[in-house]
Amino acid sequence: MATAEHKHPNYMAIFWFLAILTVVEIAVIYMPLAKFTIGVLLCALALGKATMVAMYFMHLRFEARTLGMIAVVPLLIATLLIFVLLPDGFAVMKRTVGVKPAATEPAKH
Amino acid sequence: MSHVASAHGAVEPAESPLTPESWGKLGMWIFLAGDAVGFGTLLAGYGAMRATSADWPSPFAVLGINLTAAMTFLLICSSVTMVKALEWLGKGDKERAKAFLFFTALGGAIFVSLQAYEWSHLIHRGLLISGNPWGAALFGASFFIVTGFHGLHVTGGVIYLLAILRAVANRPEPAASYNAVEIAGLYWHFVDLVWIMVFTFMYLL
Repeated sequence: MATAEHKHPNYMAIFWFLAILTVVEIAVIYMPLAKFTIGVLLCALALGKATMVAMYFMHLRFEARTLGMIAVVPLLIATLLIFVLLPDGFAVMKRTVGVKPAATEPAKH
Repeated sequence: MSHVASAHGAVEPAESPLTPESWGKLGMWIFLAGDAVGFGTLLAGYGAMRATSADWPSPFAVLGINLTAAMTFLLICSSVTMVKALEWLGKGDKERAKAFLFFTALGGAIFVSLQAYEWSHLIHRGLLISGNPWGAALFGASFFIVTGFHGLHVTGGVIYLLAILRAVANRPEPAASYNAVEIAGLYWHFVDLVWIMVFTFMYLL
């Protein structure tokens, strides 16, 4: 069980991958896409980068399963948290969508 | 194999296939999982505040991303120097490992300095915790809390890395500090990982 025998992946390849993904991220926000599409793309790219860092830089790929399970727990909790908070956002959206026309109409007169 | 294992003072033998090779590593992962929940809560709270606000400013327009994109790149580079330090230590080259550890700490220090520069610039333009000229007051508060919490992690990481650098320098046998450097690396890569998230959710989205 000597840690020095740990496999070392090609770190420079991971580095270029991360650098290119960062450039893609910045390119995405200038693309003529719908706001929602940009949001989904950015989330996917960020998750992809984070996974690369965890898998190769943090050696999760070469570790015992226990560590992977520990790493996945906060991800699950964060995802749950988003679903817990979502209804609040929808409620406000509904309210503002209902309010906005009323607020802009008088200005037209 | 056994003589290599005995050279690792800090590494205990595994007890079961599910037990990681080092308790220190397990401890760091558990700490990082807790820390990740902390950051997850902050970011989810940020998202909720933003979604429920009618006048949230466009972060992209207010904050600008040129400097932060460079900072993101810098942090990725410092992650690479960190893994290189570990790789050289594994090969028994203590001097190169020390140099790369120093570069990693230097990258972190430059990152925090750039963040201080960015903050002072934004404060000068009117972005305060109490309010800002562009819209919702919580925009400034959440920005400073999330980036500040991350900046504190980087600051702590630089101190941690310098302490580990000293330990590596003091131990004659390179293999004896391998485990400690790998654990410090976990923390450092985690800070990089969190920044990837913060950069995406607070600057780009």
